[in-house]
Amino acid sequence: MSILINEKTKIIVQGFTGDKGSFHAKEMIEYGTNVVGGVTPGKGGSTHLGKPVFNTVAEAVEATGAEASITFVAPAFCADAIMEAADAGLQLVCSITDGIPAQDMMRVKRYLMRYPKERRTLLVGPNCAGIISPGQAMLGIMPGHIYKQGTVGIVSRSGTLGYEAAAQMKALGIGVSTSVGIGGDPINGSSFLDHLMKFQEDPDTTAVVMIGEIGGPQEAEASAWVKENMTKPVVGYVAGLTAPKGRRMGHAGAIISAAGDSAAEKSEIMRSYGLSVAPSAGELGTTVAAMMAKL
Amino acid sequence: MDIHEYQAKELLAGFGVPVPRGSVAYSPDQAVYTATELGGWHWAVKAQVHSGARGKAGGIKLCKTYHEVDAAARELLGKRLVTVQTGPEGKPVQRVYVEVAEPFERELYLGIVLDRKAERVRVIASAEGGMDIEELANTAPEKIMQVVVEPAVGLQAFQARQIAFGLKLNIKQVSRAVTAIMGAYRAFRDLDATMVEINPLVVTKDDRVLALDAKMSFDDNAMFRQRAVADMRDPSQEDPREVQAAEHNLNYVGLEGDIGCIINGAGLAMATMDTIKYAGGAPANFLDVGGGASPERVANSFRLVLSDKNVKAILVNIFAGINRCDWVAQGVVQACNDIDITVPLIVRLAGTNEEEGQRIIRESGLPIISASSLTEAAKKAVEAARAHAAS
Repeated sequence: MSILINEKTKIIVQGFTGDKGSFHAKEMIEYGTNVVGGVTPGKGGSTHLGKPVFNTVAEAVEATGAEASITFVAPAFCADAIMEAADAGLQLVCSITDGIPAQDMMRVKRYLMRYPKERRTLLVGPNCAGIISPGQAMLGIMPGHIYKQGTVGIVSRSGTLGYEAAAQMKALGIGVSTSVGIGGDPINGSSFLDHLMKFQEDPDTTAVVMIGEIGGPQEAEASAWVKENMTKPVVGYVAGLTAPKGRRMGHAGAIISAAGDSAAEKSEIMRSYGLSVAPSAGELGTTVAAMMAKL
Repeated sequence: MDIHEYQAKELLAGFGVPVPRGSVAYSPDQAVYTATELGGWHWAVKAQVHSGARGKAGGIKLCKTYHEVDAAARELLGKRLVTVQTGPEGKPVQRVYVEVAEPFERELYLGIVLDRKAERVRVIASAEGGMDIEELANTAPEKIMQVVVEPAVGLQAFQARQIAFGLKLNIKQVSRAVTAIMGAYRAFRDLDATMVEINPLVVTKDDRVLALDAKMSFDDNAMFRQRAVADMRDPSQEDPREVQAAEHNLNYVGLEGDIGCIINGAGLAMATMDTIKYAGGAPANFLDVGGGASPERVANSFRLVLSDKNVKAILVNIFAGINRCDWVAQGVVQACNDIDITVPLIVRLAGTNEEEGQRIIRESGLPIISASSLTEAAKKAVEAARAHAAS
């Protein structure tokens, strides 16, 4: 009933013993996530939240068989943490950290490419709310209780707007298979397209909601792929109709700087490729409900 | 983050990019003194504002005498320069750059940008310097040359040569252009820039290649390791409300409408603004109060939003994830008690502890309009702003 993570996925927390790492690791464990340990260089050998702490990701993987990690590492050191996780062979890394320099991300993306496709790490984020497969596992910082278990996938740049969609859907009795936040930075570890492909393959996902925002070419690229390859219906929405050109709207990546970057253009592109576009963020839930009724 | 032309030239020169001789001046006297120090017969006096298209706006004066330098500096300093990029209010000119004006034979374009699609650095060049590159990309894309940089090894000399020969330079000019291109790239890489634009890059009669104008923008996320660049920030070129917001670690962008917004999360903030517009209103600002919306942050947000005199109503929309609605509600109540809020206030709280938060608002006895959904909140805000404007 999910993509990326389920109740069995063995997870380690990078930046485990810090304030944020501790707080969210505790929430994740309470949600039922299979957290098997954490990494804080210099604190290896100790125990935190009842789980073992390791000095390096490689040690953690060897001792626990971890498959995925979540990073709560300060922006200056986060690129390093992601590359360490990739080097240790983790399949999935989710980076919550907001504020990683763009050139660091460029190097990270290049570094991930050095592994063959079969063992290449999938990076989700940075600057995202994480991943949740409701009722199974949470690799993120979202409030778990707003998600109902179900069959609609959510992929969103924005964390809070993803919450908004999930809560509106829950109020209408619609559940979520997995919700993924790809993050608000100009360079994302994985794209809308990467996750749409996974939702398309997932037998338990019947429809998908894609929530974009101004800036960058990703929404258009993903919409074109939907038209050609996707058999499941997709609801789209793009935030930032009222955003002025050339101004950074909170997220480092949310800036209109080239043709095709604006919300109006992206919404039009989505429509032209056959997506059902929600007329406003207040109607994400009802747009999904209308689409589900047609299935 | 943006910097001035003279600062960009100073940085680029440090990486070996040849620039005309020049110096910054804060007064007409200093401008004249600078001109005498530089020597030569012709000088350009250039208004230093964070905007392109300064020449067309009268911000660049060519001077043949010290008297003309004085007059140009007098005319520019202390004024607001309005260009097609600044908006009608313009930007204040507090410094001019006095530069030795050299005759040149050709004007080229050189740009280095962070390409989001390729997730690489892209070098762009054209023989049509002085033109708007975006316009050129639309009208004559074949006149633009591009190379993409492999991040593991950086820009290679052969790539710079490809560009230089492509610009139809002679062999002497090619080697100098390669120096300029490689230098500009190293500045981009080492200083965490997101954009370097040299427009025009000129070729002189004696085969020199010079950056006649230069523009640089930087990655805000990298300023922690670029102290020297961060110190070049000039708050006079920014919206004062945004400067104030940055001091409180809030993300604020001022707009033209009349409904003030206080929201957590950049995406939800944009979506709320859009929903206001969809309901027939206009947002006065973007404001992301962030994850840890403490009472102090909420109070600072209110002060900031209220500093915009156009504001006729305030909409607070919080979807609490890390936050808790009861904390935010306490912050709102405290802010209402501390600050004199004379416009209608609409609050929508959702997520963690939403019932508790709504109870705190209800029992506070304050005239706060509650809303349970995003659409309802936007509609109520638009109605309240209209009613307030009419009263």
